[in-house]
Amino acid sequence: MSVEWAAPAVVLSARPYGEGGVIATVLTEAQGRHPGLVRGGGSRGQVALWQTGNLIEARWVARLADQLGALSGEMVHAAAALAMEDALSLATLAGACAVAEGALPEREAHPAIFHGLVSVIAGLARGTDTALPLLVRWEALLLADLGYGLDLESCAATGAREGLEWVSPRSGRAVSAKAGAPYADRLLRLPAFLREPDAASTPQDWLAGLRLTGFFLARDAFGLQHRPLPPARQALEARLADQLSLTHPPTHQGSPDAR
Amino acid sequence: MLADPQALMLPLSDALRAAAEAVTPCRICGNLDAADPCRICTNPERDQGLVCVVEGVADLWALERAHAHPGVYHVLGGTLSALSGTGPEELRIAPLLRRAEDDQVREVILALPATVEGASTAHYLQDRLAGAPVTVTRLAQGVPIGGSLDALDDGTLAAALRARR
Repeated sequence: MSVEWAAPAVVLSARPYGEGGVIATVLTEAQGRHPGLVRGGGSRGQVALWQTGNLIEARWVARLADQLGALSGEMVHAAAALAMEDALSLATLAGACAVAEGALPEREAHPAIFHGLVSVIAGLARGTDTALPLLVRWEALLLADLGYGLDLESCAATGAREGLEWVSPRSGRAVSAKAGAPYADRLLRLPAFLREPDAASTPQDWLAGLRLTGFFLARDAFGLQHRPLPPARQALEARLADQLSLTHPPTHQGSPDAR
Repeated sequence: MLADPQALMLPLSDALRAAAEAVTPCRICGNLDAADPCRICTNPERDQGLVCVVEGVADLWALERAHAHPGVYHVLGGTLSALSGTGPEELRIAPLLRRAEDDQVREVILALPATVEGASTAHYLQDRLAGAPVTVTRLAQGVPIGGSLDALDDGTLAAALRARR
């Protein structure tokens, strides 16, 4: 008698284990973030499959449900190989997978997060101008799914629902341009595409979005685990900032609420 | 070996001891050799202007077996990896940047693994070498010699199509 499942999955990581094996972590719709031992996963025949970001058809088998179990898989979409040529695409893919790996609890279903990550990976095929806004929205969704959602519906100070341009780093609530003006240096910029899915966005908006979600991921999703934001996610933000020749803003630690 | 230790086991242990005492990393490229600098770095027939960057000594030996590279090498000692905590400081990146500033060096070839970590390291090195007076190139990816298309994975096929000429 054994326990098993088979499902489409995203490879989040693969760590070498023993002679030619790897311990891979995948994200599926129903099983959530799930690790497993891949026998021969580091071999020449399998190493391409277990690259971070690949979409695979995964199969997991174990004698008992709480065991590490054995993972196997077949390639569905070789996202890693397709992203390797472009530095920003690769950083986007690695950053997204690192966030999912570090922030999500093990073996807990988060179907919306799985579908969101698949959308980011699919978006990479159309370019980073599609994938990066999707990534920022996915990170906001991840925060909400973990219980740290941002409230971007109305201004924390005035209740206004229009002209929202900032987010309070203390409360995670939106702040209108007028109410936030005196505190602009201490607030996080809210890019329009995060509130309106159809809004056009620029690379500066993507960077503002990454800084916004990155701040709350670092403070809430990772900070409460006493861990920093994953290096791959930090590298993504730094790479985009470098491409835009921007300098990093001052930290927002300890800044007061806008109210 | 146990039946005749004088003839087999002791010479083997002597050879292992001699190798352990003599083999050291080359101060220039990081290759393992009994001489420091190594025989590749001091070979006058090698093109000192062509530096091939590899992840480890095994990759260097693979390229040497193929007699494909007329230049010299630089062994990084790994690739950047967030999972294993390998950062730029753990790799021989600073010596590479110093070598790239040498007037003699005109091209740096990044021969790193076609993995997420290898590609991330290559992009990082390309950024760091952008200000150096050298041409930075990378190995091509595509159809292996003797390989048929139907046996290739999707990623390799896509990379081969993109790199068509």
